[in-house]
Amino acid sequence: MSRHLASLALAAGLFASASASAVEISISCSALGKEYEICKQGVDAWASKTGNTVKIVSTPNSATERLALYQQLLAAGAGDIDVFQIDVVWTGILGQHLQDLTAKAQGSIGGHLPAMVETSQVDGKLMAMPWFADAGLLYYRQDLLDKYKRPVPQTWADLTETARLIQEGERKEGKGDFWGYVWQGRAYEGLTTNALEWIASFNGGTIIDEKGEITIENPKAAEALKTAAGWVGTITPEGVLNYTEEEARGVFQSGNAAFMRNWPYAWALAQGADSTIKGKVGIAPLPKGGADGRHAGTLGGQLLAVSKYSKNADAAIDLVMYLTGEEEQKRRAVEGSFNPTIVSLYSDTDIAKANPFIGDLADVFSNAVARPATVTGQNYNKVSTEFFNAVHQVLSKRAEPAQALNRLDRDLKRIKRNGWQ
Amino acid sequence: MSSAVAEAAAPAQANVKAGRSSLTRSRIRAAWIFIAPTLIVLALIAGWPLARTIWFSFTDANLNNLADYEFIGFENYLANYDGEWLGLLTDPDWWQSVWNTVWFTAISVSIETVLGTIVALILNASFPGRGLMRAIILIPWAIPTVVSAKMWNWMLHDQFGVINDMLLRLGLVAAPITWTANPDTALWTVIMVDVWKTTPFMALLILAALQMLPGDIYEAAKVDGVHPVKVFFRVTLPLIKPALIVAVIFRALDALRVFDLIYVLTANSRDTMSMSVYARQQLVDFQEVGLGSAASTLIFLIIALLIVITLAAGRVRLGGGSR
Repeated sequence: MSRHLASLALAAGLFASASASAVEISISCSALGKEYEICKQGVDAWASKTGNTVKIVSTPNSATERLALYQQLLAAGAGDIDVFQIDVVWTGILGQHLQDLTAKAQGSIGGHLPAMVETSQVDGKLMAMPWFADAGLLYYRQDLLDKYKRPVPQTWADLTETARLIQEGERKEGKGDFWGYVWQGRAYEGLTTNALEWIASFNGGTIIDEKGEITIENPKAAEALKTAAGWVGTITPEGVLNYTEEEARGVFQSGNAAFMRNWPYAWALAQGADSTIKGKVGIAPLPKGGADGRHAGTLGGQLLAVSKYSKNADAAIDLVMYLTGEEEQKRRAVEGSFNPTIVSLYSDTDIAKANPFIGDLADVFSNAVARPATVTGQNYNKVSTEFFNAVHQVLSKRAEPAQALNRLDRDLKRIKRNGWQ
Repeated sequence: MSSAVAEAAAPAQANVKAGRSSLTRSRIRAAWIFIAPTLIVLALIAGWPLARTIWFSFTDANLNNLADYEFIGFENYLANYDGEWLGLLTDPDWWQSVWNTVWFTAISVSIETVLGTIVALILNASFPGRGLMRAIILIPWAIPTVVSAKMWNWMLHDQFGVINDMLLRLGLVAAPITWTANPDTALWTVIMVDVWKTTPFMALLILAALQMLPGDIYEAAKVDGVHPVKVFFRVTLPLIKPALIVAVIFRALDALRVFDLIYVLTANSRDTMSMSVYARQQLVDFQEVGLGSAASTLIFLIIALLIVITLAAGRVRLGGGSR
């Protein structure tokens, strides 16, 4: 009926809109674990509501490979994929190929986590919609804290002391390979997120401030790196220098560590049926740098963006608005434990029933630290690489913190040479 | 008189020349026709990308927008901005990766050649189950590099890796060794895994050479009562030398382009980064198609140079041997 009307209208020459006819939209959803299934259910619901069809395009699981694929597609101006699932640090890199969503999202964007909105913007324009959030968390062994009568650490000094105490105690009882604290120390993007947390928690800034000034060479940052370097070989195995998320989780989940830094995904796995630490784990915000420091978890998560080269941009934008809307984010939180980006959902009772820790996460997300991706734009990967390499040198004790930060400052200035963009 | 002879001989000579050249010409034509498809395919799949890469290395192309670039001459290689020298040739990371690659190639190919020769000599002897043995020894070579690198990564893990577990149980080490994390051991670990994987390839090539050797020389040596070690160095080694040099060049070519093993074992770490890992990082991670192409072009030149040196050295030694 509506189609009939539309063609009538077209024939009459009143307006030339194709929005009422059914179109096919392609979306690139990540296919890690449950993600594909949950994504499929979401897009199917939209498809049956609007009468359009949606095709899900498989992309590589590795984030760097996925970015390279997106860049090649977009650089060629190909309209094969209409809606892209992108990482929070890619907005600056891909921005010039994406649709400006500012006007369309005017009504809804205010309800999203401010930090997530910030990562979706380029020069004040909204180039993507926040879909789900991630942030670094501290995982701890409740049973061991009870056993040694220690509280959940609030500062890094507390954590160091508690980890040392538990490690000594457990080793005396014959667990020779027990460690205090595991995290991600391999020279890759994960180390940037870890190190940014240490430095931000000491109030040492975020490498580059929002104006684009390089702020990394400061005594607070040096102090943070010195603290972290002190863990390696004492409460943290030296092997952490080549750990990613999964290696750290391997040590923690087999019951061989008291604390772990990881993303929220590790929660469901640590509490899984085959986990040796099921029911003994707790999560908390990462510790502060000192009494005057702050709790800082690096912000992660995914956004949905619409390609500039999409042939059905209006329908694609409508799909993005639906998927990032309150109803769909709630369903994803309940069924897939994806953390919503809409603030009001953190007090939702249905979500709280499915994920008891969701309330604790609200604070973590609202205090989360964003990586300097937006301000450095195209150069973010270079900045991050220089940063994690400098940190890695300090951790493997081949450079003193102050000396490494001085060199990093010089290298970053060299990258910035003619401004960031 | 002599001019008359010359005059008489001239047409005959011309005849011979013409006859030869028409035959040669048709042969050359046939050869070109047969070679043409190969040349066209090579030009398309090797020549064109190579030319394009070299062209890109003189531009400021970016992965984000490959259509829009400018010719900037040698700026990707070396350029002076406000009195500061910049570019690939001044980048310490690039030189570190060149050094890593050359070091990796020299050590791993040397070890593989020695071990491969030993394995080939063993497999060349006749013993029961030899056929099965030859098949088994090829397994490491048959496993895709990414798979074996991932497998070794878990086996070398400092907390739950089987290697550290064995060393600890045997009492050889007091604490687990962090093979891939420690900058001092990382490159050696990469070399070790490469030796594990590629020794069978060397053994196979050397075994093929060994099987071509005539048996009577060995019988003669036996009759004369020459010590087996002397037989190896005086008879076997000189005879398999040409095949050995080809095998070494093959391996060295491969090792100089090493990427997957290092990328899986230690990712983008500067301590173990090879030239190919560096080029990929520039091209993909940093979107610097211009600079990455410059690195790729230099890799091409460095490999070509090293192969020419190896070939020249091999020929000189071969010449010396025949004298």
